[in-house]
Amino acid sequence: MTYVNAVFQGIILGGFYALLACGLSLIFGVMRIINLAHGSLAVLGAFITWWIVDKTSLSPFLVLIPSLIVMFGVGWALQRGLLERSLRAGILIPLLTTFGLAIVIDNVLLGVFSPDVRSLGGQAGAVTTTSWKVSQQFSISALGILILAVAVAVLGGLSLFLRRTTLGRAMRATAQDSDTAELVGIDSRGVYARAAGIAVATAALAGVFLAIRAVVEPSAGPTQLIFAFEAVVIGGFGSLWGTLVGGLILGVAQTLGAQINPQYANLAGHLVFLAVIAVRSGGILAAREGTA
Amino acid sequence: MSLLSVENLDVRHGLLKAVRDVSFEVGEGEILALVGANGAGKTTLMRAIAGAHRPASGRVVFEGADVTAMPAHRRVRAGLALVPEGRRLFPDMTVEENLIVAGANGRRGGAWKVDTVLEAFPILKPLRFKRAATLSGGEQQACAIGRALMTNPRLLLLDEVSLGLSPIAVEGVYRSLHTLIDGGATIVLVEQDLARARKVAQRIICMLEGRMVLEGPADRLTSREITEAYFGLGRVQPKGAPA
Repeated sequence: MTYVNAVFQGIILGGFYALLACGLSLIFGVMRIINLAHGSLAVLGAFITWWIVDKTSLSPFLVLIPSLIVMFGVGWALQRGLLERSLRAGILIPLLTTFGLAIVIDNVLLGVFSPDVRSLGGQAGAVTTTSWKVSQQFSISALGILILAVAVAVLGGLSLFLRRTTLGRAMRATAQDSDTAELVGIDSRGVYARAAGIAVATAALAGVFLAIRAVVEPSAGPTQLIFAFEAVVIGGFGSLWGTLVGGLILGVAQTLGAQINPQYANLAGHLVFLAVIAVRSGGILAAREGTA
Repeated sequence: MSLLSVENLDVRHGLLKAVRDVSFEVGEGEILALVGANGAGKTTLMRAIAGAHRPASGRVVFEGADVTAMPAHRRVRAGLALVPEGRRLFPDMTVEENLIVAGANGRRGGAWKVDTVLEAFPILKPLRFKRAATLSGGEQQACAIGRALMTNPRLLLLDEVSLGLSPIAVEGVYRSLHTLIDGGATIVLVEQDLARARKVAQRIICMLEGRMVLEGPADRLTSREITEAYFGLGRVQPKGAPA
């Protein structure tokens, strides 16, 4: 029963990783940028939310609305002001740009909010304390279910958005061939900016859930980036459903590792990541865009 | 008033001058063929007209408005559509999605819908839900032309629609084009096959090394005149001029 519990907790943790990773996957899929500032942007979103909650004492779930809108704007401006220019200089420059941006965000957060850890758990209400005990070793937390449900809803929503809406189809067309997308009337710059906005907003959503279920500090970004990156690579770059699968595999690996010894949690995740790269460098569900 | 006028257009690829001082006009309902050897600058000229390549100097005027600085997607919305060389479908989207994405972003208020395109290109009907990457060359070309039509263009630019197609597929594509032409469409097309260019077009422009070397009505130019212009045989090198 303890292993059943570990797998279950792993699935819930994996849902969080999938939520964290889907924006990374989207930016890579549409713009072919590996956004190394993704983790730091998630933490920035958490701190913006924490700051508003601290000033207004509103529920973090309510404050999510303005902070996600702000973070959408941050992503949009980031694409227009920074990434668009660096993309023109080849594939290496965006990597360096986002790496530098991560350092800037981390240090601005450190300067403004001090290195203290913060949590939104206290203000999130009953959802953080409610849980259902199935047996002595097996309990289901309401927050875990909520995070998993949000992750599935966000990934499913994004997938539907890309398949069924006008903007989503324009996004896929631009991802496949931006030059030709322009020739059928698609404003590729506008599409890129909106994709970056959506990606950064989902990162911020994950950051807020991190702060609700645990704590965030200004230096948390790079660790979150590594988890998101591993989830994306395990699942296959550019494939949204692959990212969900990758997140779940990473989460389960970590909780099973922790079951053996609490110190093995991250190690087990990294080992699974390396094993997937060794066996299938394209990831479990290799993106079709990558092979076409 | 002419629908499109190209005025003293110069287009470069880095240091290479691909198009030099080209000027011509296209009237409403006219079919113009651009011919010339590989590297004569035809594709670059077409891309500059469509807005995919910014010219170094000169103007592109469409429906009386200067569109030289306008990005490609806004020219499409104004009614200028290019079927690019090599077809360039969105490979991971279905035939229907390729058509819908163009229809949703192109010029408003035209007659072309998914159903009318499938009517004009019957070979696409059974392929509607197949991924574009799985289509044959001729099917892809039909889809690429259909996709351009979905933007409801006032002027259609066709770049080498017969490139890499079997003779039967070329026949099929041109049969569909004749339906468009009979409907009064305005078309500028690049065609390697001189006989076909003379048959389809009302007017022919021949390019050589980026310049226009011959222009005239298709029924008045002899094939000898076109061939000489095509290969640059008739040119007299002025004495003392650098080669």
